[in-house]
Amino acid sequence: MNVIKTIDELNAIKAKYADVVGTRIEGKDCGVRDVLVCGGTGCTSSGSMKIVDVLQEEIKKNGLENKVNIIKTGCFGLCALGPIMIVYPEGTFYSKTEPEHIPEIVEQHLKNGQPVKKYLYEETVSGDDIKSLNETAFYANQNRVALRNCGVINPEHIEEYIARDGYQALHKCLTKLTPDDVIEIILNSGLRGRGGAGFPTGKKWMLARNLVKDADQKFVCCNADEGDPGAFMDRSVLEGDPHTVIEAMAIAGYAIGANQGYIYVRAEYPIAVERLKIAIKQAEEAGMLGDDIFGTGFKFRLGLRLGAGAFVCGEETALMTSIEGNRGEPRPRPPFPAVKGLFGKPTILNNVETYANVCQIILNGADWFASMGTDKSKGTKVFALGGKIHNTGLVEVPMGTTLRTVIEDIGGGIPNGKKFKAAQTGGPSGGCIPAEHLDIPIDYDNLISIGSMMGSGGLIVMDEDNCMVDIAKFFLDFTVDESCGKCTPCRIGTKRMYEMLEKITSGKATAEDLDKLEKLCYYIKDNALCGLGQTAPNPVLSTLRYFRDEYEAHINDKRCPAGVCKSLLNFSIIKDKCVGCGLCAKNCPASAISRTDYVAPGKKLAAMAIDTQKCVKCGACVDNCKFNAITKG
Amino acid sequence: MAFKKSAVPFAGTPEQEKKLKEVIDQHKDDPGALMPVLQGAQEIYGYLPIEVQQMIADAMEIPLEKVYGVVTFYAQFSINPKGKYRISVCLGTACYVKGSGDLYDKLQEKLGISGGGITPDGKFSLDACRCIGACGLAPVLTINEDVYGRLTPDDIDTILAKYN
Amino acid sequence: MVNIKINGAEYSVPEGSTILQAARTAGIKIPTLCYLKDINEIGACRICVVEVKGARSLVAACVYPVDNGMEIFTNTPKLIESRRTTLELILSNHNMSCLSCSRGGNCELHQLCNEYGVDMHKFDGENPMPEIDYSAVHMYRDNSKCILCRRCVAACAVNQGIGVIGANERGFATQITSAFDMDLADTACVSCGQCITACPTGALSEKDDTEKVLEAIADPNKMVVVQAAPAVRASLGEAFGYPIGTNVEGKMIAAMRRLGFDKVFDTNFSADLTIMEEATEFLDRVQNGGTLPLITSCSPGWVRYCENYFPEFIPNLSSCKSPQQMFGAVVKTYYAQKIGKKPEDIISVSVMPCTAKKFEIGRDDQSAAGVADVDIAITTRELANLIKKAGIIFNELPDEKADSPLGGYTGAGVIFGATGGVMEAALRTAAWKLTGESDSAPVDFKEVRGVEGIKEATYDVGGKTVRVAVASGLANAKKLLKSIKSGEASYDFIEIMACPGGCVNGGGQIIQPASVCNFTDIRADRAKILYGIDEASTLRRSHENPEVKALYDEFFGEPNSHKAHEVLHTTYKEQKLYR
Repeated sequence: MNVIKTIDELNAIKAKYADVVGTRIEGKDCGVRDVLVCGGTGCTSSGSMKIVDVLQEEIKKNGLENKVNIIKTGCFGLCALGPIMIVYPEGTFYSKTEPEHIPEIVEQHLKNGQPVKKYLYEETVSGDDIKSLNETAFYANQNRVALRNCGVINPEHIEEYIARDGYQALHKCLTKLTPDDVIEIILNSGLRGRGGAGFPTGKKWMLARNLVKDADQKFVCCNADEGDPGAFMDRSVLEGDPHTVIEAMAIAGYAIGANQGYIYVRAEYPIAVERLKIAIKQAEEAGMLGDDIFGTGFKFRLGLRLGAGAFVCGEETALMTSIEGNRGEPRPRPPFPAVKGLFGKPTILNNVETYANVCQIILNGADWFASMGTDKSKGTKVFALGGKIHNTGLVEVPMGTTLRTVIEDIGGGIPNGKKFKAAQTGGPSGGCIPAEHLDIPIDYDNLISIGSMMGSGGLIVMDEDNCMVDIAKFFLDFTVDESCGKCTPCRIGTKRMYEMLEKITSGKATAEDLDKLEKLCYYIKDNALCGLGQTAPNPVLSTLRYFRDEYEAHINDKRCPAGVCKSLLNFSIIKDKCVGCGLCAKNCPASAISRTDYVAPGKKLAAMAIDTQKCVKCGACVDNCKFNAITKG
Repeated sequence: MAFKKSAVPFAGTPEQEKKLKEVIDQHKDDPGALMPVLQGAQEIYGYLPIEVQQMIADAMEIPLEKVYGVVTFYAQFSINPKGKYRISVCLGTACYVKGSGDLYDKLQEKLGISGGGITPDGKFSLDACRCIGACGLAPVLTINEDVYGRLTPDDIDTILAKYN
Repeated sequence: MVNIKINGAEYSVPEGSTILQAARTAGIKIPTLCYLKDINEIGACRICVVEVKGARSLVAACVYPVDNGMEIFTNTPKLIESRRTTLELILSNHNMSCLSCSRGGNCELHQLCNEYGVDMHKFDGENPMPEIDYSAVHMYRDNSKCILCRRCVAACAVNQGIGVIGANERGFATQITSAFDMDLADTACVSCGQCITACPTGALSEKDDTEKVLEAIADPNKMVVVQAAPAVRASLGEAFGYPIGTNVEGKMIAAMRRLGFDKVFDTNFSADLTIMEEATEFLDRVQNGGTLPLITSCSPGWVRYCENYFPEFIPNLSSCKSPQQMFGAVVKTYYAQKIGKKPEDIISVSVMPCTAKKFEIGRDDQSAAGVADVDIAITTRELANLIKKAGIIFNELPDEKADSPLGGYTGAGVIFGATGGVMEAALRTAAWKLTGESDSAPVDFKEVRGVEGIKEATYDVGGKTVRVAVASGLANAKKLLKSIKSGEASYDFIEIMACPGGCVNGGGQIIQPASVCNFTDIRADRAKILYGIDEASTLRRSHENPEVKALYDEFFGEPNSHKAHEVLHTTYKEQKLYR
């Protein structure tokens, strides 16, 4: 690729690739079919690269090389249905694709134009009618801004990004807007940080631009250290649309007066890292990063830094200490990064999803962005839906959408006819939202008012089989493990919290312990050094708020209502239901089950019984009993 | 104090040392180069024993203790070698609520090692990891580059058998 | 100046000060544990939290800057409860064997617990008791008492530029250890003991050699002599309630006599002797093209550092033994001969402001008479403990004088205890010699005095230009040596002391809590005593010391003589960083 110097050169590339991308966006029939195979982590994990190999073979066999393009894209969002494959211009949606399906699909569909119904996502097929992906309930309720290119373009081709208005926003900023204009647009758009706390992005940029006037160096950083377990939207953006982050960072650099940026990305995301490397290289070759961008003299370079497995590095000051080559321990603020950040220089740090909105705001205007969302939370938000839900995956909805819409309509509800119990947002810093708040419009402030927080957007659904004390303990285990160990409240306080929860789940706690636990929570909130420590008690506080009865059942009745906490479980065989088949005894790892003398009325064999002394409470007997004759509780 | 030297004797080759020197040189003018250098070193040696950390400390003119402090802070750095097959069970939220804790327990029992350990024959090492982002397949585990999803504890035997 | 409110009252405080400093000017002491001014401002322990109107959470006063109009509360019930909980959490992960702790009665944590009235057993749970590291000669580390304030780490890494200990692992498992948990004795530790004086609790302590002293004194077959370094008299009084900056030389000597030492001498004497040797060595190097700059070798921490990190400067090190070792060597040769004792029947004890001295007595080539020059080195703190243990009522003691010979000193000898003192003392004698032994040669070299880390001066002595530099604190030494290596700077004579401020601030001195050190420069206060003694002395040049003169007349002949070399000089060698 030649260096792009002018808008004409950029537009020429855009025009050249318009059709390629148009096939997918507008269903334009150019006589060529595009087969998009998801190359995101979810689908790759379920074998999508094997699908690509077989596709290539079959297409060759059928002599379709000039008629079909295979494109590895980023995440489509519906990870539960992977590996996913979409055929354009029709937009037909093949789900859970297996290599064995491919010959038939190539022969029938790609060669003869007849989609293979039996392999399509069932929701898209009704009789003879085949719906495209965008018409499914999963997609119809979404509004994709940050994810607009994910699953649409080939992330390894800068040309496809350019065809989707790529680098137009950067050009506009460099040639038509002053840095103050750029900041004003971002400010007016109402964009708030998508990484968790929701600080206004424009304000952050303004502070970094204005607070220190005579800085010889400033930095722009991107937080791609997505650490909330269960959140993977940032990864999907990096995998599916890396250039949008690069372009937005260059814009941020222009706005605050920085010419060096760093992307700090989790090393656990090898595909994202690889795509970023490719994208940075392409951007450098195209002159979109470098010493004289668009011939304006603006200089901006990007470095990639890999995390090494420390959740705390998602905290802004910790991330910077980590880039500096140290233990990723947070520093007290003030001084704020806008004054003294990376290497002691004024620095801004935004997360991936925040950057993914920037170019669109520049191109479409602040008003366009501000027209979406609620009063104080503008635009859209990406959520990673997971847990006990049908459509696990990524969804992007306008701020203010209710949890119910996300879970029931888009997510398809809870599997196996189970009852909804709670939705967890905000990861280890967030809380559990009970059914009574399902209709609350999701935005930053509402979530905080109900004791949770937006966090990076992980949304884990829990059903009646999940014990809320156990969930709180799970998050505390995480926090204890990931605490950096610098400040006393987090280092020792969260450990003590975890130990108290363990006491509760093992039935050894008293009402006094619960009181002590609650007080400790508030203490840590007030006293911890960084945001992570301060929010660490949230999982406990929110479950205490909505599910105190479960805590009390563990403490007072020595009972786990959800049947999760092993030490509180008692397995017993209902002797009159037992047919004496002995399957339970066969599967018992502890040889705790033996035959009694009792033969129930109407049964031929003597009933079985569990020796509670020997029982290890693994639940294998319950799983294997075909007669529902074993109870736990 | 218990000197935490790796139980396995160091067997670095001159080629590896040369590669490490290259990595260090490459990052010479890079501010905050220690992390990329350690990542490079772990790629070369598979782990970061005292011998390797000492080479880095000497070449970068920083105290060995600082290198060690950074290594022990980050979960991905290891001062012990990993198994031929590195098993990693995702204990992220999505996997946990779907029962990955049971998978982890079963593996510890099967392999007779605890998390972070390595089997005496050096074949398997077991670790828990945080979300690998394959939440759609929850619960998942990985063995080297292979990903296994939608698992129950009963699948463990079959999976391990593939590597025996 | 900015206007702020503290607990409702208005104050005007300097812009840029922290809440902690601002409160202090308002007469309010906010408790601290991890904070050490300039070197450890990390806001980690959270004991100093205060309420600031409008802030989301409590803020750490030690690092939070004041702002115009800020309203601060320092003692609300919420804060008291928060600080108490912090202490209770620390105690839940602490070895509370306070009754047998080396810092009993002098523990910052204990003090705060008393003030806040804690419940010792509020929280239970995991409380690991790591093994104690006794490996080093000079100190031991008991991590079960460590509260992870990291003051020791800052002392080692920031002040000393060494960093053999640091925070390792993370979260609850975090511990201050050396790399790979190796024994301190196997690391590049230089034994300076700065970590000990930085420690608020009993996690770091000197090795206690007081029992050895008592046993020696109790042995009827041994003659036990003691020397005390110049800086000891400038700090010892602090252990007995005297304000920092009180000279207790007379009482110290009286106390040592009452402890049962057969002879009570003074290291100031051998400091004068050191000058005789070192000034002569310097002039010899200048006049005969020897290796320059000459660098002093009095500080064993510095000598070790040089051998570890800057072996290329070993030829620059003065071959003179330190005053402690010269003293020991003289006792076991000259003095033994003079009183007709076998050197092995004399036990030579030293009292030092320094933990590295414990290490130095065991170095190679430190046994002029075939037995160790010095047998037992104890610190100022250990002397204080001995005095207390022996029931000696220090404050009521008369002022006494050291025994003679080996007890008399000049003003030049006593200023050895402060940074720049060795340099000034050497310059006095060198100037006298270079001006043809003229008594009108300058005595005061004020440019090399003061607590600054690096001081430089150029003097014209007897028509010769002498460029000198003085560094204290090994991080400063490193800076200085690097500038010499790179050719940026060039000197003829350099004094280096391992501890910031010199021996008055040595790792063996009485420990002052951070609440004092953060607001008072104890280095300057203690140094003032030594310069005061110097000023009041009639003899202020080392060569004027009559006992030193007698020593040369009777024994050595002249400075740097063959015999002097055998007894008073030593050698150095490069050391591996890790063993």
